[in-house]
Amino acid sequence: MAIDKQHIGMKLPVYSATADAWRLRFFAKAIGETNPVYFDEAAAHDAGYPALPLPPTFLFSLEFEQPSTAWREAIGIVSSRILHGEQSFTYHRMAYAGDVLRFESRIADIYDKKNGALWFIVRETRVTNQRGEHVADLRSVVVQR
Amino acid sequence: MSTINFDSIQIGDSLPPLTLPPVDRTMLALFAGASGDHNAIHIDTDYARRARVPDVFAHGMLSMAWLGRLLTSWVEQRQLRAFGVRFVGITQLGHVVTCTGKVTEKFEADGERRVRLEIQTVNQYGEPRVLGDAVIAL
Repeated sequence: MAIDKQHIGMKLPVYSATADAWRLRFFAKAIGETNPVYFDEAAAHDAGYPALPLPPTFLFSLEFEQPSTAWREAIGIVSSRILHGEQSFTYHRMAYAGDVLRFESRIADIYDKKNGALWFIVRETRVTNQRGEHVADLRSVVVQR
Repeated sequence: MSTINFDSIQIGDSLPPLTLPPVDRTMLALFAGASGDHNAIHIDTDYARRARVPDVFAHGMLSMAWLGRLLTSWVEQRQLRAFGVRFVGITQLGHVVTCTGKVTEKFEADGERRVRLEIQTVNQYGEPRVLGDAVIAL
């Protein structure tokens, strides 16, 4: 199904999200984490962290906290037909349990391959914390077949 | 934790590999809940079949999280500058995933000494599933 390229540049609704410590412990369990820094506050403090750190990919999980996914349908994404093609993170500083993180996303690119058999939707997200400091940039490519 | 330093690292050095238990449905259900990715294609076989795939399969981000464990068991996370992957194949139920990484470049940027790593996951058949790279400050 075609995705309309007129949506390139579209800004998604800005929102803020927080990772609670229990959620980070649940995530650590789900990925079989063995490094206590990620699930034991005392170990995190001993490592010099103010609270449990968000592990490297967890900012992607907070992108599911967006208040509305209506934009996905609006541009033609069908959830049963998509695959995650690429994901990258550029890190500027650590984020921790309790930080209020602000997510600003835009549709950076839309393109097709194989004469429209595959569509690629590129989303870029800038994440800042409650002090306005730049935490990370995320880039994800979703492929629709 | 880290005794790794820039001068002693050689291009071609490997990270200690990380092998995970075989992928099963419980793992995918827990990851769906913990990660916030509730796409039914990873947890509901009936839905998967209607979407014309034989069964549920692993979230790409589960493999990326395992690669994150590979990196943060080698150096502290605060040394991680960049981490990117391409999902090149589906990780299926029963797959035994091994994460590996090796140093491909030593360089300086933003006033720091850094290394670039090539990272990947393979299944028990040696098929690459996730390919990527990471940049670490040393």
